[in-house]
Amino acid sequence: MKKGHIIGLGIIGVAIMIIITSIGDASTYESFSTARMLASNGDEKAIHVVGQLKKNDLGEVIGLEVHEDKTSFTFLMVDNDGEEQQVYYNEPVPADFSRSEQVVVIGSFKNEKMFVADKILMKCPSKYQETDVKEASL
Amino acid sequence: MMNTFVGNLGHFMAIIAFVTAIITAFSYYNYIKASELEKASWRRFSRVIFYIHSIASVGIAIALFEIIYNHRFEYFYAYSHSSKALPVHYMISSFWEGQEGAFILWIFWNVVLGLILIHTNKFWEGPVMVVFALVQAFLVSMILGVVIGDLKIGSSPFILLRDISEAPIFQINPDFIPKDGTGLNPLLQNIWMVIHPPTLFLGYASTLVPFAFLMGGLAMKRYSEWVRPALPWAIFSAMILGMGIIMGAYWAYVTLNFGGYWNWDPVENAVYVPWLIMVAAIHTMITYKKSSTALKTSIVLVIASFILVLYATFLVRSGVLGDSSVHSFTDLGLSGQLLIYMLFFLAIAIFLSIKEWKHIPTSEKEASVYSREFWIFIGATTLGLMAFQVILPTSIPVYNAIVEGLGGISNMAPPADQVGFYTKFQLWFAVALALLTGVGQYFWWNKMDKQELKDTLVTPYIISMIVAAIIITLGKVYDISYIVVVLAGAFTIVANGSILIKLIKAKTFKLSGGSLAHIGLGMVLIGVMFSSGYSDTISINMSGMTYKKDWEDDLNKQNVLLWINKPLQMKDYTVIYRGRYKKVKGVPDYVKADLLQSLDEVNAAVALNDIEAKGKTYASKGDTVSIVLEENSYFKVEYYQEDELKFTLFPMSQPNPTMGLISSPDSKRYLSKDLYTHVSAINDYEDPEWKEDQFENAEPGGQFFMNDFVTYFEGTELISDPQELKDLSLKEGDVAIRAKLSIMDNDVKRLIEPMFLIRDNQVGKVAAIDSDLGIKVEIDNILPEEGKFVFKYNTYQKDYVVMKASVKPFINVLWLGTIIMLFGFGTAIFRRYDEFTKMRNKGLE
Repeated sequence: MKKGHIIGLGIIGVAIMIIITSIGDASTYESFSTARMLASNGDEKAIHVVGQLKKNDLGEVIGLEVHEDKTSFTFLMVDNDGEEQQVYYNEPVPADFSRSEQVVVIGSFKNEKMFVADKILMKCPSKYQETDVKEASL
Repeated sequence: MMNTFVGNLGHFMAIIAFVTAIITAFSYYNYIKASELEKASWRRFSRVIFYIHSIASVGIAIALFEIIYNHRFEYFYAYSHSSKALPVHYMISSFWEGQEGAFILWIFWNVVLGLILIHTNKFWEGPVMVVFALVQAFLVSMILGVVIGDLKIGSSPFILLRDISEAPIFQINPDFIPKDGTGLNPLLQNIWMVIHPPTLFLGYASTLVPFAFLMGGLAMKRYSEWVRPALPWAIFSAMILGMGIIMGAYWAYVTLNFGGYWNWDPVENAVYVPWLIMVAAIHTMITYKKSSTALKTSIVLVIASFILVLYATFLVRSGVLGDSSVHSFTDLGLSGQLLIYMLFFLAIAIFLSIKEWKHIPTSEKEASVYSREFWIFIGATTLGLMAFQVILPTSIPVYNAIVEGLGGISNMAPPADQVGFYTKFQLWFAVALALLTGVGQYFWWNKMDKQELKDTLVTPYIISMIVAAIIITLGKVYDISYIVVVLAGAFTIVANGSILIKLIKAKTFKLSGGSLAHIGLGMVLIGVMFSSGYSDTISINMSGMTYKKDWEDDLNKQNVLLWINKPLQMKDYTVIYRGRYKKVKGVPDYVKADLLQSLDEVNAAVALNDIEAKGKTYASKGDTVSIVLEENSYFKVEYYQEDELKFTLFPMSQPNPTMGLISSPDSKRYLSKDLYTHVSAINDYEDPEWKEDQFENAEPGGQFFMNDFVTYFEGTELISDPQELKDLSLKEGDVAIRAKLSIMDNDVKRLIEPMFLIRDNQVGKVAAIDSDLGIKVEIDNILPEEGKFVFKYNTYQKDYVVMKASVKPFINVLWLGTIIMLFGFGTAIFRRYDEFTKMRNKGLE
């Protein structure tokens, strides 16, 4: 076998290793019920859940509890299947949190009751593009 | 008055630029094909057309800047990216905040590069400019804004607000012009954001140059001659892209709040990957020049770097990243166009390469393990694998989009812990690279065999072991993988350093580009290892707060709550939050926010007391002062060690109506470390929710409790200055008094002075608010018979700030390493360009 072939095989080997690890480490989008199932099967990998904050009829966010030291909070989130779930986040409340239209929580269930988010991504109305002129600017 | 002229002019310029780009491509093509007799006239014609294209392209930029600079808010671009309060240098940032502006910037750089190439090349002018003009046509089409039937080509930056807004006001009054724009994203209001995008886009634009030479070479059947002129440009491109990346990282470090300089966000990865490939391409091109191997590899890498830049643009700007990136742009409906742009050049490149593949010279001889070609090839392969490892997971949203486009369902998401995921590969690849550069450099300069290699490597090996041992001991590096990183970094620095010394001794400094860049790499590696691996969060919450659940024990609380004036122990430091401050024009220090009362006018405020700084009075009570961006608040945090004030930091924060809390850290810079402090939550200063009224009776000299504070009623004072009472100006026969209350809050004495006015039979009350303590006090009544005052007070909460602090050791090694690396690139460009001009002047190219 020529040296070139050995190197070629080495490269292919590393590339395959990269692909396998990437697939293995890639997270998935889940709903709360599938996420709970994963957790009860002992799979502690962090997953993504997409949903909205729970709101009352007036459109106000409900179920947001800021802890005493203001460095963590819990909130109620409704996933895209309509399931409601309490989520804990170990960071202060992001300031535009209650205005967000959509939230993505990345984390896992720590027990049956509580989903712990390691990271929260928010989609806020017109974050980068302002399309309606505010009445205030009249 | 609505000004539609500038916009129409800009739009017209865009159309001219588009048309002239196509004509340039066509006429340069004819120039190549033309007979010797006609060549001169075709060249003259092509150049003139390209000059017109250049003028039109610059004209687009000028028109857009005119709109921003003159606050023409009738245009959507100015309205949504700028505002009146912006200083000129941030108006420049607004120019490229929007995607259209970014494309204009890219077009502009291509024009500059194209003009340089026309005037520095003889043979290559024609083929290179055909590629350039085609690229320009695609880029200009992105901002064309032409609608043909249902087909929309490009998104014009010159569109009027009334044409895209659905606000009802435009139905009533079509000539309505908003008074002010919505402003620039505050995160971009940073000096690095003024220079980072132009650098990055110059980097993007410059990847076109080697690609254009390559395409020209393939089309003209000059399979190997393209390398020489392309090489200095490839190095230039790698340098500028690298510089853009570093500036972005530095900007993130000083402005963003994730506590670092690199986050493996898709947007960052999208630039990092083409850079890696471009660096790999440089190495194989240099090998080719020395020994005519690796030409095919170079061709593949040059194509890949250019296509990856287009792929990066597609990822970031097509909206495909959706919710997987914190800062992806919204889809302007350009994704199809971007895709066509990328696929067009990919198809041309693949077509030309396959067609000419068998003619491309290769070297039959297999490279020996003791040859530099072998080691450089391994290095380039490592770079390629690094790029592959990053681009693969970054593209997960693209696979999802493809699968969903085909009707399937894909729930794959990017890795949850991006930093951990990428680091575990990139770190080891980088270690391999560092070792390869060390060994490779010796092969580069000397012919080697087994014995010689051993002899040469022994000295640098021993020295680097000693250096590494010192770093490991002093830096307390006890983690095995970090020890390997230090060893590799030290080895590359020592090995390349010894070569550098030899080159300097031989007075051939211009050959030292490679060793300098590699020394930089070693320093970057060590700097990254220390500043990220040993980044120590010192703001661990040790307050022993009660709210705990069993699983919460595992979670580190990385934020601490600081009440105003109340000391808190944080590792080696005692920290005290001292309140909210503002920046006032002309005053060297920050000014406490409660000394200023803002006016209706933007960035204007009245001084409620004398403003003093450094023993000098800068404004007297009642003066109007101008605030530097009034939305920005600076939170004064004092750091003490052994009761001695060591330093004070002012991390910035801004509650932004569209983006939430925007925070920028402040760091104490030492030579060997940075202490990084960042605000993560603040009090609500706009409308505090005062609790219910409470009453206390007190006589002068007495004391009482207010919100748990011991309050001394020091006495009263008659007011004679009518200014003091604000709206209730003093009249003849009025009696006005002030009650002097004082509160000791830890080591700070606060004075609260509510006022009371008697006019005829009526009373007027002026409440005093102390926002630091969260108290509002009014004199509710005076009871003359008892000699007592009735105070009415409401409480809120004391001022506070929630912050995060960490120590980043040896981060300066990283910054210094990047500068050395860039300097190495610069040296190499100089050398390679010199080679090219010599050949050209001999009439060979």
